[in-house]
Amino acid sequence: MSEKPNEELESIAIRFTGDSGDGIQLTGTKFTESTALAGNDLSTLPDFPAEIRAPAGTMAGVSGFQIHFSSQDIRTPSDHPDVLVSFNPAALRANLDDLRPGGMVIVNSDAFTTKSLARAGYTEDPLPSVSDRFQLVEIPLTKLNREALKDLKLSSRDAGRCKNFFALGLMYWLYNRPMDSTLRWLEEKFKGNMREANQRVLKAGHAFGETSELFPRSFVVPRAKIEPGRYRNITGNTALAWGIVAASQIMDRPVFLGAYPITPASDVLHEVSRYRHFGVKTFQAEDEISAASAAIGASFAGSLGVCTTSGPGFVLKQEALGLAVMAELPLVVVNIQRAGPSTGMPTKTEQADLLAALYGRNSESPVPVLAADTPGNCFDTILEAFRLAVRHMTPVVMLSDSYLANSAEPWPIPDVAGLGHERVTLRVEPEGFQPYARDDQTLARPWAVPGTPGLEHRIGGLSKQEGSGNVAYDPRNNERMHELRHAKVARIADEIPAIEVMGPDRGDLLVVGWGGTRGAIVSACEEARRDGLPVSNIHLRHLNPFPPDLGEVLSRFEKVLVAELNAGQLALLLRAEFLVDAQRLAKTEGQPFRIEEIRARVDALLEEN
Amino acid sequence: MAARTALTQKDFASDQDVRWCPGCGDYSILANIQRVMPELGVPRENFVFVSGIGCSSRFPYYMNTYGFHTIHGRAPAFATGIKCAQPELSVWVVTGDGDGLSIGGNHLLHTIRRNVDLQILLFNNRVYGLTKGQYSPTSRVGMRTKSTPDGSIDHPVDPIAFALGSGATFVARTVDVDAQHLQETLRRAHAHRGTAFIEILQNCPVYNDDEWIEVEDRKQRVEASLKLEDGKPLVYGPPGDIRGIRIEDGVPSVVELTDPQDPVSAGVAVHHDRHETPAYAFALASLRRTKFPIPIGVFRAVEKPTYEALLSGQVAAARAKRGEGDLESLLNSGDTWTVEA
Repeated sequence: MSEKPNEELESIAIRFTGDSGDGIQLTGTKFTESTALAGNDLSTLPDFPAEIRAPAGTMAGVSGFQIHFSSQDIRTPSDHPDVLVSFNPAALRANLDDLRPGGMVIVNSDAFTTKSLARAGYTEDPLPSVSDRFQLVEIPLTKLNREALKDLKLSSRDAGRCKNFFALGLMYWLYNRPMDSTLRWLEEKFKGNMREANQRVLKAGHAFGETSELFPRSFVVPRAKIEPGRYRNITGNTALAWGIVAASQIMDRPVFLGAYPITPASDVLHEVSRYRHFGVKTFQAEDEISAASAAIGASFAGSLGVCTTSGPGFVLKQEALGLAVMAELPLVVVNIQRAGPSTGMPTKTEQADLLAALYGRNSESPVPVLAADTPGNCFDTILEAFRLAVRHMTPVVMLSDSYLANSAEPWPIPDVAGLGHERVTLRVEPEGFQPYARDDQTLARPWAVPGTPGLEHRIGGLSKQEGSGNVAYDPRNNERMHELRHAKVARIADEIPAIEVMGPDRGDLLVVGWGGTRGAIVSACEEARRDGLPVSNIHLRHLNPFPPDLGEVLSRFEKVLVAELNAGQLALLLRAEFLVDAQRLAKTEGQPFRIEEIRARVDALLEEN
Repeated sequence: MAARTALTQKDFASDQDVRWCPGCGDYSILANIQRVMPELGVPRENFVFVSGIGCSSRFPYYMNTYGFHTIHGRAPAFATGIKCAQPELSVWVVTGDGDGLSIGGNHLLHTIRRNVDLQILLFNNRVYGLTKGQYSPTSRVGMRTKSTPDGSIDHPVDPIAFALGSGATFVARTVDVDAQHLQETLRRAHAHRGTAFIEILQNCPVYNDDEWIEVEDRKQRVEASLKLEDGKPLVYGPPGDIRGIRIEDGVPSVVELTDPQDPVSAGVAVHHDRHETPAYAFALASLRRTKFPIPIGVFRAVEKPTYEALLSGQVAAARAKRGEGDLESLLNSGDTWTVEA
């Protein structure tokens, strides 16, 4: 136990920053795991460049990982970190402006050489002015790390690679986090000298905190009061991958995942590929079009076809999606949105593919569109997407985003029995079979799989005769089939639960959000309500069809503000659909909303009254 | 359950009117495929015909089997998904020179390279028919069409060389109206495990009539085509003017035979489709009119594991090693913690 006193804090946000080769993401992930095990609520924001290794020490190569943890319920990685850990001058320069005034700056002072200052674009040493504005702690991290490893025969390069674990050990001491899970991980991950080296510097960093006079006290963030149950940490992409595996179990159908590598969706392909023993088949296709086409082929043959991609890949799949609309086959396409247009900023977040999901195909091509709103919710949303796809015989688009994909939060592990069992009915009876005869309630056509005797039939992209599915050019039949496809998707609204209005159920201002911005919007509106402001908010996960009571809910408020990470796509839809004077809070910086950005707009709109 | 009665050609014809132009080579191909189907020992419900876009791609609508008319160029990818999902199905891809080698060239390449167990039938008429007569990627240089009024300046791709270059394990060429050879080739393709690629020379009477007349016409065929038969020398020509093909250092040449009974002594190559390297097959694929005859038959037939078998094998191996996946333990894997009430 530390001899030094400790101080209790409600919450703290730390941002680790360094070169993309410094192991920042790993350091952040390990700190997150340890924090989860310490029982705090938490939210993380990894922020890294698209380049694998940009030139060392430059602004282009700076990688960051922010973690916010608390004894209270929290929903965002925090607008401004309280602590900034910077491994080099470029990392300091790229991140200092975000730090809370008076916050703590921990730097590797060994890295502040004339040369590296110049590489970061500093013309003079920034540390004196940093210490005027913040609590500056200068640690000779490189030297301390080397010292701790001097009797191990490591190359200076190998030794240097351990220094992130020295810093991690120090932060474990400073915030009273347990080290066991990280030591265990090092035990499994490394062998020989490198295992010894990493474990040793982790402990050395911890001991340095305890003995060094640089730190007069450590801090304690008590356990959060969260719902009882069993928890684990989860990122959006892991939740999505596990949801894909779970869907196959719950629906008792094999999964076929067609994918082409693309940031930030590739992790889902990697993760699902590890679960062949669940009977899942993954196919790394030659391109995005092939990935979608193969998944549709697998669906035709009775599998649960699914594709995971991001914006540029999603656009390439649109023609195949249109065919799935025409062929009325189940398919789930997940678009983990990233900043665009074109290649844009591949590792940064955005929500600007909403209209592409709804309207990005030729002609009338209705598909259900769902959006996950927290990392853990990616699991529930992909299950819902599969259920809708199979129940209604339709492709379904699920929207996630780069922020949800990479962020982590504590996740109550679902009870498998509670996930239910979805019975999938394949058509086997030849008597009276018609490929495009519809279920009265859902309007779904039968799923008749090759290999079933007596159901031989042809489907395809040409216009279909109602019932028989034969190629048809009859004008009235064509319009009728358009109507049926629209009606089929529209009827899904009957299954969508009523909207939860957070705050008063009518009044001056309603903030509307959708998808991955939930944490920031809910936090901002709750804070405003605590301050006595008359603001309510709703958060949509169903973008097509909308919840059936959406128009009615909107009509109960004088003003409607739509906050989204695009130039106003949901706002456009709400204006068109409900004739409501929806105002826009648009952001396209590639970063999630800050609570204060939403709050400022709420305040401004209410002041107008 | 009573045994099902044997199926006939008619059982494979759908109730839809066939809508190709009068005189189209596709009619003959359709009839011959329907003829061969009952002989293959596959229940009708296990056949799936998959196509892209173009005249040839209307094919599935006329087959009374499962069928999927998909999007332009992507049929091999759809077929890959079908075959991976249900490896026991007999999956046939019908494509054309535009669908398969222009917009769909990438999928054709990768499907062949993976050796998915499919039969891929590429109807090559060297023209775009459904869009009314533009030149295709197999059209000859100089071909005048609506889009090339001054003649095409594209160098054509050869489907056989393309398939060989993609690593195909079975490559053959046949002719729309040569019923016997077409049927024989379909049978062999079906028996092959892996991607069987067949180029079918096919006449478009409207936009590129008589492109293949030299190999379609019985008389001209004698002079203009070279039948590939395993273990037999590469000889062609009318009686009294028999010639052979010699291949030296990969370069083919024509040999005038003084003694037609002994072509081998004159250096004429003997056909084998099982060479380990594709070099010999490439040499054959390079034979062009009018200097050489057009080879008809199986260029290459070698064994390699199929993609869908390897994929299913990985699933089986993972299950054998780790046991059937258990969702409960997956969700609870790694570091977890319990919050007490």
